[in-house]
Amino acid sequence: MIQRLRENKSLQGTLLASPALAWMIVLLIVPLLLVVVTSFGQRDADGNVIYVFKLDNYVRLTGYTENCAGLGDYFSGFFEALTNPALYDNPEIAQTKCFDPLYVNILWRSVSLAFQTTILVILLGYPLAYFIARSPMKRRNLLLFMVLVPLWTNFIIRVYAWIIILRGQGVLNGLLGGIASALNLPFQPLDLYPSPGAVLVGMVYEFLPFMILPLYTSLEKIEVSLYEAAADLGANPGRTFFRVTLPLSLPGVVAGTILVFVPVMGTFVVSDILGGKQVILVGNLIQRQFLDARDPTFGSAASIILMVMTLIVTFYYTRRFGFGEEITSA
Amino acid sequence: MGEFAVEMHDVVKEFPGIVRASDHVLAVDHVTLQIRDGEFFSLLGPSGCGKTTSLRMIAGFELPSAGEIYIHGKATGKTPPFQRPVNTVFQNYALFPHMTIGENVAFGLQMKGVSKSDIGRRVQEALGMVRLPGYEQRKPRQLSGGQQQRVALARALVNRPEVLLLDEPLGALDLKLRKEMQLELKTLQREVGITFIYVTHDQEEALTMSDRIAVMDRGRVLQAGSAVEIYEEPNCRFVADFIGETNFIGGTLVSVNGTEGEFVADGLKMIAKVGPDAQAGVSASLAVRPERVRLSAEKPTDTPNAFLGEVREWIYVGNDTRFSVKLAPTVTLRARRQNEVPVGFPILEGPTGVNYWVSWQPGSSRVLVN
Repeated sequence: MIQRLRENKSLQGTLLASPALAWMIVLLIVPLLLVVVTSFGQRDADGNVIYVFKLDNYVRLTGYTENCAGLGDYFSGFFEALTNPALYDNPEIAQTKCFDPLYVNILWRSVSLAFQTTILVILLGYPLAYFIARSPMKRRNLLLFMVLVPLWTNFIIRVYAWIIILRGQGVLNGLLGGIASALNLPFQPLDLYPSPGAVLVGMVYEFLPFMILPLYTSLEKIEVSLYEAAADLGANPGRTFFRVTLPLSLPGVVAGTILVFVPVMGTFVVSDILGGKQVILVGNLIQRQFLDARDPTFGSAASIILMVMTLIVTFYYTRRFGFGEEITSA
Repeated sequence: MGEFAVEMHDVVKEFPGIVRASDHVLAVDHVTLQIRDGEFFSLLGPSGCGKTTSLRMIAGFELPSAGEIYIHGKATGKTPPFQRPVNTVFQNYALFPHMTIGENVAFGLQMKGVSKSDIGRRVQEALGMVRLPGYEQRKPRQLSGGQQQRVALARALVNRPEVLLLDEPLGALDLKLRKEMQLELKTLQREVGITFIYVTHDQEEALTMSDRIAVMDRGRVLQAGSAVEIYEEPNCRFVADFIGETNFIGGTLVSVNGTEGEFVADGLKMIAKVGPDAQAGVSASLAVRPERVRLSAEKPTDTPNAFLGEVREWIYVGNDTRFSVKLAPTVTLRARRQNEVPVGFPILEGPTGVNYWVSWQPGSSRVLVN
């Protein structure tokens, strides 16, 4: 037996992988299947799950209501809500409509916030990662250390810190008020918290390090002689960036985007703390269905939709830009 | 103007120290050089002599701390590298790994805004010139080191630079490929007629390829001249030592008579050539190349430099036989004799300990002031 194991390399590999594999099957695959099954179920009056096969939860997410006469009716309602959202402000009128925009809005808000966060994080993280990668060796470790230091503090405490900065009587308003009074300008405290903008700021702040690290790794591998070669061949700094630096750092951009986009799509803590009731994301929806509304079937359906949306975006993204191929050296 | 492709006028380059920024390191120390249009010029010296820094200043990657560099009579000042009419072949090739060979070679032309159809034709020509036709679609990592080197050369030459700068481009290749590439480079340079400035620490490489060579040490140019001048008339001990093999005999320059002088070492009187600034009475070294030292059984009559010496050691190395001969207690010379006829057994039985006449022509030796 032991002799066989010694000779069989693939058996060794299977054996070594089995603990992690068992972990994944028990704690990821099985629960995921449970979620799928639950999402087709129904909740009874006491909040228990009845296991049936019904699409009601998914239909509810699309905003298709009992008022609808068919799909054509639904789509015209959808476009009406898109072009004239004010119509839905009055609950009495909204009740008579075929399309209920509530959940579609939440999904759209989550996707668009995830895109905004990712783009801002790239725009802020790229110059910093580039600066660190081109610093002298000794200073690089210090700078990277400083990027990572915030991660030592609890996530929730860091988000709360933004309340102190952004609220009406907060640090930022105090600072701006001080400057305004010094310049003899009128000043009205800005209404920054809670707001969608505060959520965006919080998200960018939370996820910036996850973009900087993979970007730094990619940029640091680019040899200085490649920049010199580009300059030598007549490329000014701008063209060097777009023809050499950016293409060679794409693996880092891709890795960073996945590390940022995927968790932002699902997070609910930042929006809960900094957005209040104004900013409800898919994450918040799922959390409330499980903990407050006690409807695990609808929460499961929302989870599945979130997962599918994330998979679709990452799939097309990695198809377009590759999966972090190593192309930094010849 | 136009006679010189590149002139370095009293150029200095200081780098801040590694430990303390205030401890300046003088990488290039008041270098003045004139490189003629169309010549193959080598900067030769040991590592750290300032040759690469000089090249990088011509390319514009470093700016001189003092002095000025002219390219075809135009002062370069603080012109950035992308605006200089020169191109560089880097030591590690520095090909863009994410581009194909064709894109690499086309890069410089695209930056210049050459039309698409012209680019295609010129890239093809350039790859043909370095004997890599049809390699446009490959990626750099699919090529061997020697092939990558040729692509780097094509990528630089395709721009028709006024001056081509080469920074130890053959350093990473094995010996056989190196020798091949040396000849290829020389031929290529003659064909395209572009001024080449070539940095190397390999004296044989420099002698093989160059029209003129500048020997550098510790940031200074010690001597600049043709291969013959550098080899036959080294102006200092460092140059004589660095280029080829040389015997140095320590002694005193007793008298100077025009271009010749009398030199005494350990009681032996010798006649040798002297430099223009030689003064009698100074302690100096007499330099003579091993291949100029003759061994004979009879006393030669055609030279005053003939001494009886004892063969201490000899080595047969195929084309040559190398001897170590002792002329006086402190004077031992290396001599080399080409094996023009098959070496017979008698010599193999060993001339060690035998006395031979050791001689050389006054014109083959030089007195170099320490």
